[in-house]
Amino acid sequence: MLHAVGVGNEELATVNGKLAQVVKIMGEEVTLQVFEGTEGIPTNAEVIFLGKAPSLKVSDQLAGRFFNSFGIPIDGGPEVEGEEREIGGPSVNPVRREQPSELIATGIAGIDLNNTLVSGQKIPFFADPDQPFNQVMANVALRAKTDKIILGGMGLTNDDYLYFKNVFNNAGVLDRIVSFVNTTENPPVERLLIPDMALTAAEYFAVDKNEKVLVLLTDMTSYADALAIVSNRMDQIPSKDSMPGSLYSDLAKIYEKAVQFPAGGSITIIAVTTLSGGDITHAIPDNTGYITEGQLFLRRDSDVGKVIVDPFRSLSRLKQLVIGKKTREDHPQVMNAAVRLFADAANAKTKLENGFDLTDYDERTLAFAKDYSEKLLAIDVNIDTTAMLDVAWEMLGEHFKPAEVNIKQELVQKYWK
Amino acid sequence: MSTKGKVKGIISNLVTVEVDGPVSQNEIAYITLGTQKLMAEVLKVIGKNVYLQVFESTRGLKVGNDVEFMDHLLEVTLGPGLLSRNYDGLQNDLDKLTGVFLQRGEYNYPLDTEKYWSFKPIAGVGDRVEAGSWLGEVDENFQPHKIMVPFKMEGIYTVKSIVDKGEYKILDNIAVIIDAEGNEFIINMVQKWPVKKAINIHTEKPRPFKLLETGVRIIDTANPIVEGGTGFIPGPFGTGKTVMQHAISKQAEADIVIIAACGERANEVVEIFVEFPELEDPHTGRKLMERTIIIANTSNMPVASREASVYTAMTISEYYRAMGLRVLMMADSTSRWAQALREMSNRMEELPGQDAFPMDLSAIIATFYSRAGYVYLKNGQTGSITFIGTVSPAGGNLKEPVTEGTKKAARCFFALEQARADRKRYPAVNPIDSYSKYIEYPEFEEYIAKRISPEWTSMVNEMKTILQRGKEVQEQINILGDDGVPVDYHITFWKSEVIDFVILQQDAFDKIDSVTPIERQEFMLNLVMEICHTNFDFNSFVEVMDYFKRIINICKQMNYSEFHSDLFEKFRNELNIILAERKRV
Repeated sequence: MLHAVGVGNEELATVNGKLAQVVKIMGEEVTLQVFEGTEGIPTNAEVIFLGKAPSLKVSDQLAGRFFNSFGIPIDGGPEVEGEEREIGGPSVNPVRREQPSELIATGIAGIDLNNTLVSGQKIPFFADPDQPFNQVMANVALRAKTDKIILGGMGLTNDDYLYFKNVFNNAGVLDRIVSFVNTTENPPVERLLIPDMALTAAEYFAVDKNEKVLVLLTDMTSYADALAIVSNRMDQIPSKDSMPGSLYSDLAKIYEKAVQFPAGGSITIIAVTTLSGGDITHAIPDNTGYITEGQLFLRRDSDVGKVIVDPFRSLSRLKQLVIGKKTREDHPQVMNAAVRLFADAANAKTKLENGFDLTDYDERTLAFAKDYSEKLLAIDVNIDTTAMLDVAWEMLGEHFKPAEVNIKQELVQKYWK
Repeated sequence: MSTKGKVKGIISNLVTVEVDGPVSQNEIAYITLGTQKLMAEVLKVIGKNVYLQVFESTRGLKVGNDVEFMDHLLEVTLGPGLLSRNYDGLQNDLDKLTGVFLQRGEYNYPLDTEKYWSFKPIAGVGDRVEAGSWLGEVDENFQPHKIMVPFKMEGIYTVKSIVDKGEYKILDNIAVIIDAEGNEFIINMVQKWPVKKAINIHTEKPRPFKLLETGVRIIDTANPIVEGGTGFIPGPFGTGKTVMQHAISKQAEADIVIIAACGERANEVVEIFVEFPELEDPHTGRKLMERTIIIANTSNMPVASREASVYTAMTISEYYRAMGLRVLMMADSTSRWAQALREMSNRMEELPGQDAFPMDLSAIIATFYSRAGYVYLKNGQTGSITFIGTVSPAGGNLKEPVTEGTKKAARCFFALEQARADRKRYPAVNPIDSYSKYIEYPEFEEYIAKRISPEWTSMVNEMKTILQRGKEVQEQINILGDDGVPVDYHITFWKSEVIDFVILQQDAFDKIDSVTPIERQEFMLNLVMEICHTNFDFNSFVEVMDYFKRIINICKQMNYSEFHSDLFEKFRNELNIILAERKRV
């Protein structure tokens, strides 16, 4: 806190060379938030106000580069030349949005068949820290047909950072990638700038260049934790789970940048929210779930020994816009029937565990569930959507009678195997 | 001269201003920032210090910036041409804003001042009129839009002159009225009203009783909502709140539908923008957009105008109710509005209530819900606002302040449930926990006896009893095992499953199944209850499941076919054959 006049709200400043931002003004008293932390700042520190909000220089030179939270290159390359834009800019007028309608194929049936992704969508992985979400996300990013991939890494371990770097490098797509990275070695408050930096770059490519941009944000839980640190220091009254009362709005401002523009450009956001012990009622996943258009859950299926995309808890809200329209007509009904039968299998399993006898139907659902997990839900599957539907019909035909699957008769007649 | 002031302090969108004159609570002010003017509302006044909530980002705002107070509260502009528009929370016409991005400080006039409307007078010279009296009407998208004496005018007036039938613009003078002292007042087609005040121009507000048909079976059959009724839909994310709200707004038997998208996803609003101009109103055959107004304040738009958006929507609803129309208002979601209140209360350093929400939250919610209702206007006509809000309970826990506050205020409760959604039983409304208080009203029973049949209410109650019984039996089967209970138990359970699959579950994405007119609901309920009343013979529980699955399958095929079509009748005959197989003679 210091005395100063003529200072603008949210303006940047340096305190003994450390970057800071104005967060509160009361008369001549100005409160600054120092991103790197205040260690070693003396009471007579020199403060220089920069007269601008945090910004990023945007141009095609961003492609293939790695930056820190302030948009400064960390790959040893030169500074980027380009137009300077304030980060965290205004929102898109809802009437100027286009309804998302383009399917993003990932080859993973747990996603494409049950939780189809659409460009302009925002969706997180809800996963425990030990699950392979970064690998799945990298796979999705590489298989999806997009013009640019923007990685926003918050509190990424150095190992994960290098993993992304290697995967992108080995796939030979480095020229399509822009990365903004804050690792666990950097101060936590700095990572508050990462999503806005990544999305400012994304808006440049999507609006100015009409490109399809995929933004990867990992891990949003680290971001929310940093928000909590700041609000705590500002003496704000915490709401649920020690999170600031504005958590919903703060997260929404980021996720709502996902958009389909009428001119063809789009921003799709795939994020990661790590959970603690699978608890989705915690304020961070809970608020996220209300903002994003669905969520993807990973889970290890002990029956087949593979990680699967959980069909019960995962959801893509925008799938209705493409399934059965951009994919084959039977997609919606097949998807629902298979999930319903998988649920019946779960019931049968409970019965089995409780020591009850199984009916013939129960046995068949269990056999089906095993096939379904192995050949469709597992994250190592890589086939196109029509093939997924054919595989599903085969399984239905193998284990069930047409009357047991509750599918419209005309579809059964056409596709039953 | 209006009061002026200078910015003294800034914390996010809470700005402290020192003023040079009188200021009232909730007054509107504009803060000058370069060439932009930012709209703000007074939250608190202490001596010369005024606390403003700014409806926009305060980035770059400095101490010493000029502030001008407008001497009025937050108001909406009411007049012909509101229908089929898309507004933001402060009633700016979103379609008139240029540019892909919303620029702060850009405001516009919500109506079209150049359009001609064909006006027909209703009142005549010499008529005694008062606030809300109908002077004339124009045709707005086939709705008789009444031009009324402005609601702000107090007392009795006499019509001195009124224009003839003809084409007029909204700002043209259409009548002159005089008060008892002979003062003249010129009336045009536009009036303004402060959003936080209810428009009270009706004589009586009786208990509502007329069924509002929505085409959603779990509502109309099981938990009916009525014209002028209130309801709320709480549910964890992913349980289908928005799908259900959209279904109701598409199908409900209302003249006007007003949707407040409050702090929710922008793509959901886009869905309405795309679909409504295409879809037909099932009751009139005209395009849905013609009867709809959308107030969009999506989650990334300024938080402060979230609160304004629900009030703006309610005020417009009251305006149309005063014309004797049936208005349906939907707000998705009221929790976001409550959160906006919490953010401001926090910045003002007020002592927090439960979960850091402001102490008066439940009072604010109750007052808001009470603005809905069925009314008799002063000319004997009736009008109604049916209000359905969604609630997004944190962590899916219904014991949180917004849900609890709403439960006290709303009369219908459509509890969406995670477990049902996980099993893909949509709409995921819990049939046991949900309720409609209206079904207990004698007025409603009397009405429904005439509209459907005298046995209807008792049949619905019996259906609910079977569902309840089915649930109990299922728990016993889970504990004792399939063969640990008598075969009859399985029959009871599967009868309740027939009700669940055929009546309660409904495919919102199927063209035919998504809308079920009340006659068809009556037919299907009769059919299902007939199955429930039938005694069946089985040797073992294994047969029970297979048999009822066939029944469910056939009934679902009926739901998917055109009512009374050949296909429908074919399935009905098949069903009769199946029923005959096991019927006890």
